[in-house]
Amino acid sequence: MLAWTIYISFAAAAAMFLLKPDSRQGARVLALVAALAGLAVGLVGAVQHAGGGLVTIQKLPWVQTIGAEYHLATDGISLTLVILTGLAAVVGILFSWNVEHRTREFFAFYLALIGGVYGVFLSFDLLLLFVFYEIAIIPKYFLIAIWGSTNREYAAMKLALYSFIGSAMVLAGLVAAYVVSGAQTFNLVELAKYPFPASFQNWAFPLVFVGFAILAGLWPFHTWAPTGHSAAPTAASMLLAGVVMKLGAYGCLRVAMTLFPEGLAAWRDVFGGLAVVGIVYGALVSLTQRDFKFVIGYSSVSHMGFVLLGLMTLSTIGLSGAVLQMFSHGVIAGLLFGVVGRMVYDREHTRDLDELQGRRLSRTMPFAAVTFVVAGLASMGMPGFSGFVAELKVLIGAWQTFPKLAVIAGVGIVLGVAYTLRAVQKAFFSGDKEDVPGAIHAGHGHGESAITLPEKIGAVVLITTTLVIGLYPKQLLDWIVPSFASPLFDGLRKGGLQ
Amino acid sequence: MSVDYLGLLKLFLPECAVVLTALVILFADLRWWQALPVLQRSRGAAWLMTVGLLGAAAVALLGEKSADLLGGTLVLSSASQHVKVVLLLLAVVTAWLCTEGEFTKHVGEFMALIALATTGMMFLVSTENLLMVFVALELVSLSLYVMTAFNKRSPRSAEAALKYFLFGGMAAAFTLFGFSFLYGLTGSIHLPTIASKLAGHATDPLALAAIVLVVAGFGFKIAAVPFHLWAPDAYEGAPAPAAAFIASGSKVASFFILAKLLQTGLAGAEGSGAWKAFAPGWTAVIALLAAASMIFGNLAALAQTKLRRLLAYSAVAHAGYALLALIGGSQPALLYYVVTYAVTSVGAFGVLAVVEHRTGREDFGSLAGLRERSPLLAAGLTVFMLSLAGIPPLAGFFGKFYVFVAAAKQGPDLGYWWLVALALAMSCVSLFYYLQVLKQVWVAPREESAPTFAGEKAVAALIALLAGAVVVLGCAPEWLIQWLR
Repeated sequence: MLAWTIYISFAAAAAMFLLKPDSRQGARVLALVAALAGLAVGLVGAVQHAGGGLVTIQKLPWVQTIGAEYHLATDGISLTLVILTGLAAVVGILFSWNVEHRTREFFAFYLALIGGVYGVFLSFDLLLLFVFYEIAIIPKYFLIAIWGSTNREYAAMKLALYSFIGSAMVLAGLVAAYVVSGAQTFNLVELAKYPFPASFQNWAFPLVFVGFAILAGLWPFHTWAPTGHSAAPTAASMLLAGVVMKLGAYGCLRVAMTLFPEGLAAWRDVFGGLAVVGIVYGALVSLTQRDFKFVIGYSSVSHMGFVLLGLMTLSTIGLSGAVLQMFSHGVIAGLLFGVVGRMVYDREHTRDLDELQGRRLSRTMPFAAVTFVVAGLASMGMPGFSGFVAELKVLIGAWQTFPKLAVIAGVGIVLGVAYTLRAVQKAFFSGDKEDVPGAIHAGHGHGESAITLPEKIGAVVLITTTLVIGLYPKQLLDWIVPSFASPLFDGLRKGGLQ
Repeated sequence: MSVDYLGLLKLFLPECAVVLTALVILFADLRWWQALPVLQRSRGAAWLMTVGLLGAAAVALLGEKSADLLGGTLVLSSASQHVKVVLLLLAVVTAWLCTEGEFTKHVGEFMALIALATTGMMFLVSTENLLMVFVALELVSLSLYVMTAFNKRSPRSAEAALKYFLFGGMAAAFTLFGFSFLYGLTGSIHLPTIASKLAGHATDPLALAAIVLVVAGFGFKIAAVPFHLWAPDAYEGAPAPAAAFIASGSKVASFFILAKLLQTGLAGAEGSGAWKAFAPGWTAVIALLAAASMIFGNLAALAQTKLRRLLAYSAVAHAGYALLALIGGSQPALLYYVVTYAVTSVGAFGVLAVVEHRTGREDFGSLAGLRERSPLLAAGLTVFMLSLAGIPPLAGFFGKFYVFVAAAKQGPDLGYWWLVALALAMSCVSLFYYLQVLKQVWVAPREESAPTFAGEKAVAALIALLAGAVVVLGCAPEWLIQWLR
């Protein structure tokens, strides 16, 4: 049943081209219906799954010659991310309600991207997972290159090339693993059982891990992220930071760590260190940015650092914290980019914090200000929001294994407070126009429209989600934690997973 | 010995049908159609070609699937018959591409040349005899040289043909010289016999020289570095249908026979190109050729501003990837890759033919805003470019994947992994220039004076069909792999 999330998305993307070329409302409605259907299917599937272990959805022979199968399956981790994708898709469409230029193509590419993402989260055959992973690259390129803002063609090409290089590295590792295992299969569960020689794992693990981690924003391969997120249109930024970066982290967990546990043991310290560098570096650089979207872009790098740190802790609490952080950051990044991109940029036509300083946005768009404050609190890790639970678990897990890194990561949280408050203050709550020399005299009647209903719905949905999970994380954790008990993680258990 | 001519005729009915088609078209065009406008004549000739060649394809599909006659001169297998069907289909598409663009008044002759080149290719894939290989190769080459020169109003066409011819003539000489060494060493021109006689002294200096000469000769045909210098000019100067056929049909046939030559004829002389385990033999040579082609082809394509030259350098790069399959020893992987590449290539040239004819331009800018001007062509070109880049779920991705797996399996301890890694790195480079083309189609705004067009109905239909085939063959590759076994 969960497979329908994929099919509905691709079908709707194709159906977009049956609409009239200048149809806007039709395209929006079709996209929203498809995204809502996907979310509904995801939720129903999650309820049905209810904490069971690995459940196969579909298993058909695909390419017998090499042993690839059309194998879709799910466990708690996949479910969490499928629901995140559904939420991000719906809210992204709501925040893109105002796209006027080539609307149906926008939503076609958007839905194709969503379909590819669903596919990655549900695939348990390595070739199939890779196929969906690469399918997602091309819509991203076009979304940014056509509907993006500053420097969009450069940003789109950079993002596409980085993603493709990452997936090429993954493919290299997968081909090597397939050949070395001698098993004529790409089934993840089967390959996870195979004892790859340690010398092989020592180079295969970093290859595949870095390949996926490029997309997850591992420092120092993260530079595509801020550029790409800033150039992308709002919905694409929300998807990119919210979901696509999680594709990379999911790949790290699902493929690299599951297949090569001994390699992981050898490289843990290195990647744990890089993750923490990412946390602190992302936060520090975010603190100096003039462009509002770059602030959020670098903060995404910082938050993804927590995910990667959690993955390296090799304790159930750290790993489940990492998965929860994937979900939580997906929601929060969606909120942040929604406010910055849709609510502020589309109206003020500037993302420069110094220019925004004079415009008293807390007066002219109070809803946006409140939303951003709430989102900022969540991003900082304020208890009551999902970010706190996730980051706490990651830090506890990290303290058990790399105490020094945990302390540095904690510093990263404090820096998070700093850059968030700076951005909030500059953009929304700074002094009167007269205080800032050279500030643009922005009146109320800027032609600004009030915050529209779709934006309000989108924001409320996301805020509610982060609050609910922050106050009652048990619902998600009941799915996530038992997944680590499945036989898929036996190799990791031998490697020290508690 | 007595030869059963009737039996021979039955086995080679497809080839006969193709030659007959060529003669019928020549007759019809020269006798009855001279007064008609060129477009009508092209259409008529294309219809005749379709009927004739599809009939030949049907005979090939339904007829005898295995035979070995006259000491390996004529050898049929299920793979060879199916490859013939592919060649015939590619020829039909090439014939229809002639209706898009008026580069010549001599329609009948051009169509006849396409048919003759196809015949040559068909014989090329039905033999295990060195002399027959050479004769068929020459038939193909000579037909293609003339086709390249066919646009008498374009000096570039003449220049391209001259370069192609001179280079090709040299290459043919090398090939024949290499063949003569093989004969000298083994006393036979029958591939399996050569293999058995060579067994044991495969590292004989004369044998190694023969390998290098033969690979050089065929390297020209498949446009591998460093024998690729003719490709950019030939692809650019030749009339679109000729370029399309060179890029597709000629490649399929050449790779098929090269594989047969090396894997059957030089079976004991593989050597090894594995990392830190180089041993003299043809695998080592092919590995180097593959590496050079992939690197040079992709890097040179980055600098191109003309679509045809971009496709030429990309063809060089794809020859590199296909050579990996040759090393991998996997015939299904090689054939799947080359066949899907040919389909993609002929489709891409089809789109280029329409665009060049309707806009009169050859640079990237001619594609600006294509999605508005011609949605079908834009969709088709997108599919073809993405397939060439290796994006799933298209055939190009699966072809590359299968080739990589085959190459990685070969050689002990992932010996050829260095080639696979190189191929992947170069694929990343290639994404850049394919996206540059697609950027024009989807992102660049339409220029004021740019016309909207749909192209000839038949050509548009064929492009749509080819694009659909690329998608379907990529999503469900098992069928084609089994069919080409």
